[in-house]
Amino acid sequence: MTDRPSDSLTDRVARATPGVVVQKVRGLSDTAIAWLFISPTILLLLAINIFPLIWTVYLSFTNYRANRPGRPIEWVGTRNYERLLGSEDIWGYLQATAHFVVWTMVIQVVIGLSLALLINRNFKGASFWTTVILIPMMLSPAVVGTFWTYLYQPQTGIFSYIINLFVAVGPVDMIGSVDLAPWSIIIVDTWMWTPYIMLLCLAGLRSIPEYLYEAAEIDRANAWQKFWYITLPRIMPFLMLAVLFRGIENFKMFDMVVELTSGGPGSITEVASINLKREAFEKWRTGYSSAFAVILFVTVFGLGNIYVKALNKVKQ
Amino acid sequence: MSAAATTGTIGTTAHSVVESSSRGKWLAGLVVVAYALITLIPLVWILATSLKSPPDSISYPPKVIFEPSMEGYVNLFTTRSRQTEEYIENLGPAETWYDEIVRKRNMVIVGPSRFLDRYFNSVVIGFGSTFLAVFLGTLAAYGFSRFKVPLKDDLLFFILSTRMMPPIAVAIPIYLMYRTLGLSDTALGMILLYTAVNVSLSVWLLKGFMDEIPREYEEAAVVDGYTRLQAFWKVVLPQARSGIAATAIFCLIFAWNEYAFALLLTSGNAQTAPPFIPIIIGEGGLDWPAVAAGTTLFLLPIVFFTVLLRNQLLRGITFGAVRK
Repeated sequence: MTDRPSDSLTDRVARATPGVVVQKVRGLSDTAIAWLFISPTILLLLAINIFPLIWTVYLSFTNYRANRPGRPIEWVGTRNYERLLGSEDIWGYLQATAHFVVWTMVIQVVIGLSLALLINRNFKGASFWTTVILIPMMLSPAVVGTFWTYLYQPQTGIFSYIINLFVAVGPVDMIGSVDLAPWSIIIVDTWMWTPYIMLLCLAGLRSIPEYLYEAAEIDRANAWQKFWYITLPRIMPFLMLAVLFRGIENFKMFDMVVELTSGGPGSITEVASINLKREAFEKWRTGYSSAFAVILFVTVFGLGNIYVKALNKVKQ
Repeated sequence: MSAAATTGTIGTTAHSVVESSSRGKWLAGLVVVAYALITLIPLVWILATSLKSPPDSISYPPKVIFEPSMEGYVNLFTTRSRQTEEYIENLGPAETWYDEIVRKRNMVIVGPSRFLDRYFNSVVIGFGSTFLAVFLGTLAAYGFSRFKVPLKDDLLFFILSTRMMPPIAVAIPIYLMYRTLGLSDTALGMILLYTAVNVSLSVWLLKGFMDEIPREYEEAAVVDGYTRLQAFWKVVLPQARSGIAATAIFCLIFAWNEYAFALLLTSGNAQTAPPFIPIIIGEGGLDWPAVAAGTTLFLLPIVFFTVLLRNQLLRGITFGAVRK
């Protein structure tokens, strides 16, 4: 990043120009322009992000219910938090979330990194096929979830059909079965987001200067040593960036899972965001769900902090 | 992409090395193409399903070869009611091709469905919020790129951190706030909300693009007598045009795809397509071709833009941190 001190551009020019021109150059001072340009964005974010956030924190200490606006709001102190952390169910939802996050990341790193290494061989048509692989990443997760419910139909769906081409196990009920449902969302997420990991690994691979491999060649390093001592350390920052970002996104995953399993069967795939939506907009326990929202937000914010550090590191 | 030149230069080494590396290339290509084709199966299947008749869409084994039908699209855009055979015979011959399709199922078209409204909402909210986010983002990015702003890094982090927020976590107070302000279920409310979601991406991406524009251009313009604002308007903006276009497409895609806020904050009036498409299933009783038709029409613009943006994707998904 180039962040040269730049405040004095007009000053420098002004000093070097005759007095008559100075008036014209000045117009608005640099500081005025800077704040004029930046403040609308900051104000919008304060109004639509920070204000609601503070409100959430306030509500988390009350017994407010949004479906009964007339009822007086009562301050309950930390009772919502105590109830939340003391309830067994919460750990179940967090466990479902963790299962989803960990497995999607492991599988996607393995497939994404392998694909990147293969694409980096620059076979003919590599860039065309890379573009094809990237398509699912940009699609709407909710709509993707909806159409995968069709692909997953146990009696008539193509997923079950393809599985049966290889092993005759009969109808595969991905969404309805307690054992398979957690994997149904992992498969869809992998289909959608492996390209993300792949793309960042590819960027990492392309940042490695060729002379490192040539030097290793001279030292008679074998392929495995080259991968372990040159490739892997060099792409690590990129991989970290990808895993952090996708990890955070999957931690708060909502759209795709709602449409695919809506948390079921039972609450096997009820990840944190889905539970939050149920508490807030179906049971209308606004205060209680605000406390949960605060806990989720603090977690995401902490991870986000690490992500931005990684981001700045890669930038350099 | 650029690495082709760098890896292609070792062709002068021993013959056997070249031989094995070209076979390796061929194998690598084979695996990647296989993966790409598997990736395409769900998409191709949805496109095919949109062109099937409802019975074909639920036949087993799944039909790869089928007689194309427009029934899915007709059902997507219309609401129909079931009638007796006599009633339909008394209607006389069908006037249009879509009347004919519907009558074969003992139905008559009673009016348009709400799909077009929902699609139109998506377009209005998508473009409206994109315009605002890019407008605000361009100004802020220029401010951050060229001026010494106190606490610059903290402000930039603050801007990015708003994007990390789980939508459901802020949805509760936004729901209450919009209810008070009369903004719930309005296009304006959704435009403001999506602008706030997208402005972080817009600022970060555009700051990257602006940092790449040499300052010398503006300095020259200022020496020529332009004010700072004129230099921004006449020198920097034209230079940043392609960056602004790429940023706009990213914002548009994210607004187009957004689901959580649309689900919770809109219903009859300002609802966009993503929360509507799943409902089509209920309306027609497992009418998969209609769902597939809606999905196809919704996803096609994104596929188009993804291909258009392929060289900028990396930048877009890393908030401008990784360039190539």
